Amino acid sequence: MNRILIPEQAGHGTAPAPDAGPVVAVRGASVAFDGPPVFEDVSFKIAPGETRILLGPAGSGKSVLLKLVNGLVSPYTGTVTLFGIDITRLREELLFPLRARTGMVFQEGALFDSLTVRDNVAYQLIQEEVPDEEIDARVREALSFVGLEETFAMYPASLSGGMRRRVAIARALIHEPELLLYDSPTGGLDPVTSNTIIELIGKQRDVYRTPSLLVTHRLQDAFTLCTHRFDPAQDRMVPLPRGTTDPNTTFLMLGEGHLIFDGSLHEFLHSEDSFVREFLA
Amino acid sequence: MATTSIDRNAKQFVLTVQDYALFAFRAFRNLFTPPVYWTDFLLQSDIIGVGSLVIVVLSGFFTGCVLALQSAATLEAFGATSVTGRFVALSMIRELGPVLTGIMVSGRNASSMASELGSMVVTEQIDAMRALGVDPMRKLVTPRIFACISMLFFLTILANACGILGGAAVTVFLNHQNATQYFSMAWESLRLRDILQGLVKPLFFGYIIASIGCFNGMKTTGGTEGVGRSTIQAVVWSSVLIIFADYLISQVMLSLF
Repeated sequence: MNRILIPEQAGHGTAPAPDAGPVVAVRGASVAFDGPPVFEDVSFKIAPGETRILLGPAGSGKSVLLKLVNGLVSPYTGTVTLFGIDITRLREELLFPLRARTGMVFQEGALFDSLTVRDNVAYQLIQEEVPDEEIDARVREALSFVGLEETFAMYPASLSGGMRRRVAIARALIHEPELLLYDSPTGGLDPVTSNTIIELIGKQRDVYRTPSLLVTHRLQDAFTLCTHRFDPAQDRMVPLPRGTTDPNTTFLMLGEGHLIFDGSLHEFLHSEDSFVREFLA
Repeated sequence: MATTSIDRNAKQFVLTVQDYALFAFRAFRNLFTPPVYWTDFLLQSDIIGVGSLVIVVLSGFFTGCVLALQSAATLEAFGATSVTGRFVALSMIRELGPVLTGIMVSGRNASSMASELGSMVVTEQIDAMRALGVDPMRKLVTPRIFACISMLFFLTILANACGILGGAAVTVFLNHQNATQYFSMAWESLRLRDILQGLVKPLFFGYIIASIGCFNGMKTTGGTEGVGRSTIQAVVWSSVLIIFADYLISQVMLSLF
């Protein structure tokens, strides 16, 4: 039953092998709604086990780019490949099984407000008609992972903003995703709650090696993930030795309608790009 | 400038009609391919059917009362008050029962569907559902459409019965006529074509109410203000389309029988 906490059962059996192709490959993608393009000609990849942090000012299209990755938004030019399948022109019905293999945490949690926390977290399992006893056990495991066991029977309306995000993380993790997409999971939260959430993201990255794309505009969160690792023995994030960073955590930056940076923390900090320099200042 | 605006609005209208047609077709087709969410169908049947019971019973009853009052006054001039039962029964079953029930259910349910789904859209719950691998069309729209069709059918029958009873109450207690005469006139005047007309209409009206309500909800943009706008549009368009469809169905049924 320990599907959340035991690494061997945490979806690694179905996750891409380390030498497999990229989990996500976006090539020359441009997105527009009713107006000028949100962004143009964006290309990047997410390799197995890799965590990519997508930075950028508010309104630069970070959330749209995240939704592009699992087909919630379609590009008007370019291609998007998810788990090796080109989803650019894939019909919506064929996208659902692929999306079920990903976990997505929305900006405000996007919990179903008419359902209890238990039913929110177990949403996919309920659709798959998993027996109730197994659902209860797995929901409790997932909630214990995010430290919210006591919210089992509560409704989202009675949770704080931070608790809603943590429930959303539990919902994204319960189905053992092969890719995690986080949309500003710490946006608008106090520093203590933000640290708790970043710790959960670090835990998922370091314990389960699930590839992920994290959207944030908080440099502090990005740097913490790069310079810390999760220590299961202490059950918290600990700093990496001075001068070292997590090699599997890299940066992307959106600005002025284009992807203006793709590289490591070191390259990011030493970038000559004026937009990056201004963002860092 | 004005021409450009008319051109843009006309294109927008055509695009909306096209989107609605595709939306309504997809929702209908989903019932015949798995997965079908029967639990949601039952839940929506309860919300739409049982939830609308009181307003349908009351509106049906008082419509029958008014019909009997008004018709008796006119029929008296011709010495034909004995046909009040026939007048009330035919008016209720052929026209007023289906149309009034449709409009009452539309006011209650098209608005609730548009506001519920609209709120889910603006709070990203619909996107979350899609991201979890569940088709919102199958999960939210198709059960509402079929629950509305089936429940409106039974609600209309109930409204017709209440209308005839309301007419009877006025005829017997206010106009002091014979109850047996009222009911026998009502019964003898009814033909299969009248009943068919009255039962076919709610099937179309139910489809209109739920598909318009869900369509407006799912196309909501612009935050909470957008939810309000979608709700208004859902009620206005479903009510107008019910009356328009009523005219078309009556025309077809009259030419068939």
